[in-house]
Amino acid sequence: MTLVRISDDALALACGADAVAAAFVAASCTVERVSSWGMHWLEPLAEIDGIGFGPLFPEDVAAVLAGTSDKRIGAIADHPFIKRQQRLTFARAGKTRPLSLDDYADTGGWSALKRVKSMASPEIVAEVAHSGLRGRGGAGFPAGIKWRTVLEAQGPRKYVVCNADEGDSGTFADRMLMEGDPFQLLEGMAIAAQAVGAQQGYIYVRSEYPHAISKLNAAIELAREHIAPFRIEVRVGAGAYVCGEETALLNSIEGKRGEVRAKPPLPAHEGLFGCPTVVHNVLTLAAIPHIMVPGGASRYDSLGIDRSKGTMPIQLAGNIRHGGLFETAFGITLNELIHDIGGGTASGRPVKGVQVGGPLGAYIHPSQFDLPFDYEAYAGADALIGHGGVVVFDDRANMGALARFAFQFCAAESCGKCTPCRIGSTRGVELIDRIWAGGRDADAVEALAQMHNARKDRRSRDEDLQLLEDLCETMQFGSLCALGGFTPYPVRSALKHWPEDFT
Amino acid sequence: MTRAARIVEICVSHRGREGPLLLILHDVQCEFGCVDAEAERVIAHELNLSRAEVHGVVSFYHDFSAEPDPRPCIELCRAEACQARGVEELVASAEAAAGERVRLKTVYCLGLCSVGPAARIGDRLHARLNTAALVKLVQSA
Ligand SMILES: Cc1cc2nc3c(=O)[nH]c(=O)nc-3n(C[C@H](O)[C@H](O)[C@H](O)COP(=O)(O)O)c2cc1C
Ligand code: SF4
Ligand code: FES
Repeated sequence: MTLVRISDDALALACGADAVAAAFVAASCTVERVSSWGMHWLEPLAEIDGIGFGPLFPEDVAAVLAGTSDKRIGAIADHPFIKRQQRLTFARAGKTRPLSLDDYADTGGWSALKRVKSMASPEIVAEVAHSGLRGRGGAGFPAGIKWRTVLEAQGPRKYVVCNADEGDSGTFADRMLMEGDPFQLLEGMAIAAQAVGAQQGYIYVRSEYPHAISKLNAAIELAREHIAPFRIEVRVGAGAYVCGEETALLNSIEGKRGEVRAKPPLPAHEGLFGCPTVVHNVLTLAAIPHIMVPGGASRYDSLGIDRSKGTMPIQLAGNIRHGGLFETAFGITLNELIHDIGGGTASGRPVKGVQVGGPLGAYIHPSQFDLPFDYEAYAGADALIGHGGVVVFDDRANMGALARFAFQFCAAESCGKCTPCRIGSTRGVELIDRIWAGGRDADAVEALAQMHNARKDRRSRDEDLQLLEDLCETMQFGSLCALGGFTPYPVRSALKHWPEDFT
Repeated sequence: MTRAARIVEICVSHRGREGPLLLILHDVQCEFGCVDAEAERVIAHELNLSRAEVHGVVSFYHDFSAEPDPRPCIELCRAEACQARGVEELVASAEAAAGERVRLKTVYCLGLCSVGPAARIGDRLHARLNTAALVKLVQSA
């Protein structure tokens, strides 16, 4: 009987994987549902004896089985998209059944957790620090320092919280990991708990990810004994982007409005319910089992460049021919990512620009595509790696409209706590409309005699552009968190490189 | 059982869990299609919170609504990556097909950003949408 492996990842399902699987079953094949390889343009992808076929429709199945299919891509493991990667966090992608404890244990699962059980807390923290691992949620803060702070903090109890709110457009690595290799995340959380002395963990997942939520719940049930006495519970978000910000997330778990808290106190000192809390992104925690095997920390530290250590699961999205998950050591350039690996745009038209790092990340012009993927190099270019999403736009994109969208998104998702973000975002939308309209006359209220300070004559386009610059500066330096504080990045970069789109 | 009694039952089922309010609101929204003023009053009473506190939470999150909307709902992603893949060109036809019968809701990212435009109906996801495919989804919703 032929064994066919097809992913049950949400993206494969959205592309029709269930119907393809059913067609193989109807043709008397045994179908195994595995995680996704991350070659999204090929989904639904079927694997038979290591050979891949995709993207498949149910009507392709007969030809695949007869050996006459033109959807044959050869050995999946030898595909250039896979071969060029350095997969650590996604080492199991495409290869194991997500909820199989046997598959997990057979591929090295739980060995790191077993090892740390006999280690003293400071030893574990020292190894994480030595690996050079930095937070993958956006800010890139060193994980070892965070763990040490929580370890040394005093509190009635401590928590480990996994941030799985993944709200950035262009990102899906957290989702793929939770759906494809959930035990690895649980193992990473259990190790963090062991290191800092936490008893309870929470995974805060956005409500847009129903498949990840059910996989995690099932995985927690199956892994209960492995992670005991540590306990983990899934909490579901409620459609607020700002709840990805760690303090808003903590408020949300507590059952409050997802408003950002002022720091200090840091969550490491006073986090969930006022107790010391480790908050990490999914990818940060999922890297831990690889770091905590013997020699793992040194190996991690040897990958990457400068202070960006280890691997980054980069997500190629938007208008790109070969979109998907590309995990590699830091240092790769956008030219390589978009042209060599991604095959250019899906539409076949020239690339106009890319947004790296989600809705708060800068738009990057093709002239900067040799920038190495590295936290400091991006910061130096007024850009952001963020969660590693790369969204490609072709020459039909209007960068002024995208700048306007950045303000609009900020207005829709602002938590409302501080004025530059709450009000400034709406003013930004209006300003860009005015710039497009070529300036404006005083409005009815401004024209009133009592409005002594209001300007009475016409504003020019240049004056409105200056106002936009002032607004960006106010938001950048006057906002409490990065939602208001970083919205100027996409706006300013769009204005700098594509001023013609603001006329 | 009255609605209020059922909401009390939901509150009781989450007793003992830390910070249960969002769990309760999700259950109520799922069962009744909304969290209205009466539900807020019952929940506030059960959790020993003020009604203002509960209302503040309900109104903060996009997932909770004050009134039920019986129409079928299609959530269409209109975030950057789906814009790059042309979602905006589909919107007018989808809106026309939806009319008043179907609720076309804008969401920002479904995690399908490499195969957009993407939409969600309940827990079913749809990718690689073009105008014809989206209009068909709307019509059969
Ligand atoms: C508006 C906003 C949204 C954020 N969204 C996320 C998110 O979806 N996922 C995430 O891991 N971090 C997000 N962050 C970053 C978190 O605040 C925090 O830095 C991170 O969870 C820490 O984990 P790490 O050390 O593993 O990066 C967001 C920050 C801001 C300001
Ligand atoms: S910048 Fe915006 S989201 Fe952040 S705290 Fe201020 S109002 Fe809230
Ligand atoms: S941007 Fe549409 S699915 Fe992510």
